[in-house]
Amino acid sequence: MSSAKILLEVCDVAKEFDVSRPWLNRVLEGQDKQILKAVDGVSFTINRGETLALVGESGCGKSTVARLVCGLYTPSRGSIVFDGVDMAKVASDELRGLRKRFQMIFQDPYASLNPRWRVGKIIAEPIVSHGLATTRAELKARVGQLLTQVGLSPLDADKFPHEFSGGQRQRISIARALSSNPEFLVCDEPTSALDVSVQAQILNLMKDLQREFGLTYLFISHNLAVVSHIATRVGVMYLGRLVEIADTRRIFTRPLHPYTQMLQSAIPDLKMTGKQRTPVAGEVPNPLNPPTGCAFHPRCPHANERCRRERPNMIEHPEGGQVACHAVEERRIDIKIAA
Amino acid sequence: MTTPSVPLLQVKNLRIEFPTRRGILVAVDDISFDIAAGEVLGVVGESGAGKSLTGAAVIGLLEPPGRIAGGEIIFNGKRIDNLGFEDIRKIRGREIGAIFQDPLTSLNPLYTIGRQLTETIETHLALTHTQARARAIELLEEVGIPAADKRIDHYPHQFSGGMRQRVVISLALAANPKLIIADEPTTALDVSIQAQIITLLKKLGREHGTAVMLITHDMGVIAETADRVAVMYAGRIAEIGPVAEVIHHPQHPYTIGLMGAIPSVGDNHERLSQIDGSMPRLTAIPAGCAFNPRCTRVNDVANHRCTIERPSLLPAGKTMAACWLHDRLGQQSTAVNQHTVTV
Amino acid sequence: MVDLMRRFFDGDVWHSFKRNPLVIVATVAALICLLAAAFAPWIAPHNPFDLKTLNLLDAFSPPAWTAAGKSEFLLGTDDQGRDVLSTIMHGSRVSLVVGICAVFLSMVIGITLGLISGYVGGALDAFIMRVADIQLSFPAILIALLIDGVARAVIAKENHDQVAVYVLIFAIAASGWVQYARTVRGSTLVERNKEYVQAARVIGRRSLAIMFSHVLPNVMGPVMVLATLHVGTAIITEATLSFLGVGVPPTQPSLGTLIRVGNDFLFSGEWWITVFPGLALVILVLSINIIGDWLRDALNPKLR
Repeated sequence: MSSAKILLEVCDVAKEFDVSRPWLNRVLEGQDKQILKAVDGVSFTINRGETLALVGESGCGKSTVARLVCGLYTPSRGSIVFDGVDMAKVASDELRGLRKRFQMIFQDPYASLNPRWRVGKIIAEPIVSHGLATTRAELKARVGQLLTQVGLSPLDADKFPHEFSGGQRQRISIARALSSNPEFLVCDEPTSALDVSVQAQILNLMKDLQREFGLTYLFISHNLAVVSHIATRVGVMYLGRLVEIADTRRIFTRPLHPYTQMLQSAIPDLKMTGKQRTPVAGEVPNPLNPPTGCAFHPRCPHANERCRRERPNMIEHPEGGQVACHAVEERRIDIKIAA
Repeated sequence: MTTPSVPLLQVKNLRIEFPTRRGILVAVDDISFDIAAGEVLGVVGESGAGKSLTGAAVIGLLEPPGRIAGGEIIFNGKRIDNLGFEDIRKIRGREIGAIFQDPLTSLNPLYTIGRQLTETIETHLALTHTQARARAIELLEEVGIPAADKRIDHYPHQFSGGMRQRVVISLALAANPKLIIADEPTTALDVSIQAQIITLLKKLGREHGTAVMLITHDMGVIAETADRVAVMYAGRIAEIGPVAEVIHHPQHPYTIGLMGAIPSVGDNHERLSQIDGSMPRLTAIPAGCAFNPRCTRVNDVANHRCTIERPSLLPAGKTMAACWLHDRLGQQSTAVNQHTVTV
Repeated sequence: MVDLMRRFFDGDVWHSFKRNPLVIVATVAALICLLAAAFAPWIAPHNPFDLKTLNLLDAFSPPAWTAAGKSEFLLGTDDQGRDVLSTIMHGSRVSLVVGICAVFLSMVIGITLGLISGYVGGALDAFIMRVADIQLSFPAILIALLIDGVARAVIAKENHDQVAVYVLIFAIAASGWVQYARTVRGSTLVERNKEYVQAARVIGRRSLAIMFSHVLPNVMGPVMVLATLHVGTAIITEATLSFLGVGVPPTQPSLGTLIRVGNDFLFSGEWWITVFPGLALVILVLSINIIGDWLRDALNPKLR
């Protein structure tokens, strides 16, 4: 295991889904093929030990990116390089070996555990699958240790998932994800289905585990407040593209991209500062028919002709991070410092 | 917004039970609150706290085998919890409207929204069809649907999620009700749409003078929209009071824990304060105060009172909290108290 | 095992069973038939296949409670002096063996094809489903007849009787697999997209392992209901085929054979030779159907 700084490198990755109607219907109705570009050219890197969060609203493609990184989908173009190994070019045996180094935690605590399996068997699956334990006693001890680490009891290994609450099931998911001693965890909205107090427990747990085991996280969420607590860097996605990526502090104190600013101001004002909010126009467009040029231009108060024609590239910004916006590049936006 | 006269909605000692073969489960245990005309009361709590059931009981949509087993619901001076099916149906829609969480299932996919709107209007108001249609278009414009006169003939699937929720709001407002029960109206929506819907609800509430019972788990939405808030835990009200007070100066240990657990942009990003354990299941609600196993202050009260006696809502600062920490009067556990131990 | 039993008796299914008198009666009836059939060689009053014990003078005895009946032959005798009750018990044995084995084989074929079809999808799925569709457009009896006919043509005549039961089991199984395949495919399509399957894929498990260890336990519920009802249908199919003369060989008569044989005597007054086997068949299949129907409702989480 090398100790190179960059653990994951995603280069111009795209994923298209063919959602056309069946061939016969299309021919009879004279319709074209419909291609859904769920992810349209996304590039980022994750350094060892950090937490990169991808935020965005529904349809922005963040969950698809998570699945691409884990190998659940194959990219339509681009490359995903994990610790120097290009995932698409590697033999399937080596890929299986690679799989014990990363794992995924899912959003739905009810669907992510097999309801017919006992908890011990669920947690042990990665260990058994990669042949990491030699005796049953060793396996049992390891499962017990994992359960304790996530705040449950080793006796819970004999129970079934339905005997646990949502928060406890997420802990079981985390235990399963840790069982093969991975370096990298992809977390797809792990707390979105949980109550607020349970969410706090799980977020604290994840931070503790990260410190203890030196884990690297890719954290997907739509909740900016949660992200501000757990992420070191944040990437904002809109309609399959990355629009801004920077350190957490920079993103929240000085959001540059108009969409990021809009997302920030849309967060409900818990502190009741009585801030004025400019109501946002419109809704996310249909991903089957994305706008030309910059995907955000129909809703953007700073859009000009170039924005309608030309898709902006991600460029480095002197204040840190990268932004994909013509208005920022041309310095047309007067950026207020957020409170 | 307070009014010295009788409140619009009075819920007194409401108790909702579910008879199951394992015994009777008490989902809502003796709660009382009022909503004044034109006020927005937020009912906040985590899943299983009983807030949705309370809303369903008020509008008479409690699903059997759940049933109201005690208490009264008084709307506009008249009792409504014991009405027959026909009587409650007349009130529903006309006096009390409802908005539910999922706009997809709240609208009938087979009918145009125009038809659904005019049907509601004609049922409750004595208008001709043409008048009803004109009013429907007015309503759609009011909730912010562009080109309302054309879109009135569209089907629900032709609208996006946020637009559908606006249509549902217009349906709820169609007959000019005095009270709207909104059960998680923004939970299924994206955060930017959520902001739009919150702004809309506030505006409509102001303009029509409609009272709203806003049920949600999202404290942020409550902070922006509500005048007062009731915090529910395990079927009981833990704290109730003006929104600014409950959020900035919570008095009940659960509310304090809850506010500490909510992440907020701009915090110092260290550990979120967490409440250990989880909400008790309905089959295993602790004796005394339902929160006592998880409470960090339980030993600050003399004589283990928290584990024996269920606290009633007591004045605490500028709010009311159901917590013995705020019991100034009777410090002895032998003090006469109306509330008996309920399990 | 003890744990499993404890959980069962604690559960909703047992509770629903206890409250349903019709199902309790049906279960008792089915159990009686099953036990009588299973232990027939030991508990039947006579051995109808032992030629030495048969006496032509006993032939055509009416049931014991009638005037001309003999008390040792409770339900009367047939044209060869065989005790009808004993033949019913032995016949049920054959019927049940054929029925249960056929259903079991049918399940194995149907579940496997359904799982593969639903999980792998694509062209393989389309192919299997088209085969299923084509088969469904033929009546099950016809398919069983077809397989049976082909077998008779292919297998040498002297071996017919020996393999008849196996061919029959295969024929009934082949005519009934489609319902399992379709149900399992539908459930598999739903389960395949659930996160626990995705988690297994991220872990790196192979598709076959995921199909059988993860998906299969979760799609078995509706299959059990289908199988219970299918036993009834399989027995009737076998009875029909035997009635038509293309089922079990005459040396191993089943309920269907008995009904056929007795049919010839129905209108000459010896009604008991066909009516009692018919009644036995009806009771058996009816009980099984009642149980299957109740099971479907008891296992339906939405109705609980």
